[in-house]
Amino acid sequence: METKEYQALVKRRAARSPVVKNCAAAFWCGGLICALGQLLIYLYTLAGMQRRDAGTLTTITLVFIAALLTGIGVFDRIARYAGAGTLLPVTGFANSVVSPAIDNKSEGLILGVGAKIFTVAGPVLLYATLAGVVWGVVYFIITLFV
Amino acid sequence: MELLLSLVRAFLVGGVLCVSAQLLIDLTKLTPARILVLYVTVGVLIGALGIYEPLEKFAGAGVSVPLLGFGGNIARGVKEAVVEKGLLGAMTGPLTAAAGGTAAALVFGYLAALIFHGKPKSQT
Amino acid sequence: MQSVIELQKPVEIFSSASAVGKAEFEGPLGDCFDFHDESEKFGQKTWELAESELSHNVLALALNKAQLSHSDVSFLFSGDLQNQCVASSCGHVEEQIPFFGIYGACSTCTEGLLLASLTLNATKEQNIAACVTTSHNSAAERQFRTPIEYGGQRTPTAQWTATAGGAFLLRCGTRAPHIVRVMPGVMVDGGISDPNNMGAAMAPSAAASIVSYLRLTHTRPADYDAIVTGDLGSEGSELLSILLKTQSVDISEKHLDCGKLIYDPANADCHAGGSGCGCSASLLSAFFLKKMGAGEYRRILFLSTGALMSPSSVQQGKSILGVAPVIEIVRGEN
Repeated sequence: METKEYQALVKRRAARSPVVKNCAAAFWCGGLICALGQLLIYLYTLAGMQRRDAGTLTTITLVFIAALLTGIGVFDRIARYAGAGTLLPVTGFANSVVSPAIDNKSEGLILGVGAKIFTVAGPVLLYATLAGVVWGVVYFIITLFV
Repeated sequence: MELLLSLVRAFLVGGVLCVSAQLLIDLTKLTPARILVLYVTVGVLIGALGIYEPLEKFAGAGVSVPLLGFGGNIARGVKEAVVEKGLLGAMTGPLTAAAGGTAAALVFGYLAALIFHGKPKSQT
Repeated sequence: MQSVIELQKPVEIFSSASAVGKAEFEGPLGDCFDFHDESEKFGQKTWELAESELSHNVLALALNKAQLSHSDVSFLFSGDLQNQCVASSCGHVEEQIPFFGIYGACSTCTEGLLLASLTLNATKEQNIAACVTTSHNSAAERQFRTPIEYGGQRTPTAQWTATAGGAFLLRCGTRAPHIVRVMPGVMVDGGISDPNNMGAAMAPSAAASIVSYLRLTHTRPADYDAIVTGDLGSEGSELLSILLKTQSVDISEKHLDCGKLIYDPANADCHAGGSGCGCSASLLSAFFLKKMGAGEYRRILFLSTGALMSPSSVQQGKSILGVAPVIEIVRGEN
C-alpha cells in the first residue's frame, strides 16, 4: 500500500471524538463556571467593590479554585469530561500554569518550577501581550489623527 | 430577578463560547494551546474593534471568564494606558491589564508546587 | 538485507518477572503480574526514580525466582522510554553487570531479547544474560505529553503508556520456553505524524515484519499458536489486519496484541489500549511465557512494535517511524 493511500485509510478510519457528548459537557460545565463568575461579581460588588475590581477578584478567585483542584489531583479528571468547558474559562489558564509547576518540582524550585511554569501557558501570555502592544501602537497612531 | 437573569445570560453565552472551542478541539487538528492563543488574540481584536465592551455588558462573566475576556480586558487596558501615557502605554498596558489573573496563577501555582505532590493519572 | 537468524544454540528464558502500576493491576490480567504498586512510586520520590526502582525490582525478582544473584549475570540489556534511557542506567548501576542500554521505544523488549540471544550464541556456553524493559505512565506523560495534572481530553486513537516492567533471564538451552529464530526489524515510515495515533504509525512495520518473517521462514500463520504484537492497540491491530489482507496474509485467528490485552476495553479512558516498553515485557512474562509453561502454546511469534519519535521530531513535522523485530519462541522440552 502506498504511503498516501495508507494515510488516507488511517484518516478515514480514525474514530472521531464523541462531538455531541463533548459539546454538551463543555456547554454546561463552561456555562456553570461563567455563572459562578457572575455570582462572584455580584457578591463582590454587593460587598462594596468597584465593578472592575470585582471582576479582577472574581478572576483571582476562579484561578484559586482551579489551582486547588489541580493540586489535589481533581482538575484533570473534571477536564477529561468537561473538555473546553474547563479549558476556555480562566480555570484552564490557571491549570496550565499550576500543573507544570507541580509537575516540575522534582527538578527544583528555580530550574524546575521557575523555568517550566509557563511551558503550557506561555503561548497565551506571549500572544496576548503581543496583540495588546500592536493594538496599543495602532490606537496611539489613531489618537494622533483623531 | 435581575441577578437571576444575569446568571442565565452568563451561563448561556459562556456555554456557547465553550462549545465553539470544543468544536475546534474535536473537528480540527488544532491543539488546545493553539486554540487558547486563538481565543485570546480574538479577544484583543474584538476589544480593539469595540465589540467586546457591549458584549460584556450583556453577558458579564459569560465573556469575561472565558479566555476571550483575558484578551478583551487587555485591549481595554491598553487603550486607557495609551490615553494616559501615550506610546509608553502600548508597552505597559497589556501586562498591567493581565496582571491580576497572571499573578494569581503564578502565586497559586507556586504555592501548589510547594504543598502538593503529583498523583499518577487515573483511568477511572 | 533483512534475514531471519537461526540460532545455532537456542536460548531459553529460564526465569522472568513482571510488575505493574494501578491501572494495569485493575486490568483484566491484573492477577497474573508478580507485584504492583498502587501509588506507582515504588517507594521513590520522583516518577523517573520510580521507574528505575521498578526496573531494578523486576530483575531482582527474576533472579530470586532462579535463586541466582546479580554476579551470576554476564550481560544486561535494559531499556525504557526516558531520555537517554536513564531509568535503566540509574536502576541497575549498583548491580555491576556489564550493561547495554538499548532504545527501541515500545519494541525494546523484543530488541533486548534478540540482542541477548545473539550475544549468548557468540559467547561462552554457560553465560547468563538478563533483559529488562520498563515504562512508566507518569514519567512518559511528563516527557512526551503534558504535565500530569494538566486537564485535557485525548482522542479515541490515543494510547495509554503502561506503568509496567518485565525482566527475563536467558541462557543457552531448551528446557524452558526458548528462542529459536530471530529477525531484526526494518524501520518503516507509514507517513503518520499524529502522536495520538501510534497504532497507525506502528502497524505498517508490524505488517512488514510479519510478511517478511513468514516468507523467509516458509511458514504460514497456522504454524504458530499465536502471533503476538507489542502495542498496536485496537486501532493499530485493525490496520495491521487490513495491511496484511492486501498482501493475502490472514493472521486474524492467531493475532493477539499486548496493548489490547492489558486494559479492559470497556474502560473508555484507556482509549485504543496500552503502550510503552513495559507493556509487552510484562505480558510476555506474566501471560505468554506462563501459557507456554502450561503447554497451551507450543510456538509463538513475538514482535513488540516501536514508534520511533521524539517530541521535537513530532513538532518539526517528521512522521513517526515504526520498527518491529521478531523472535520465535518454542515451548520448553521438560
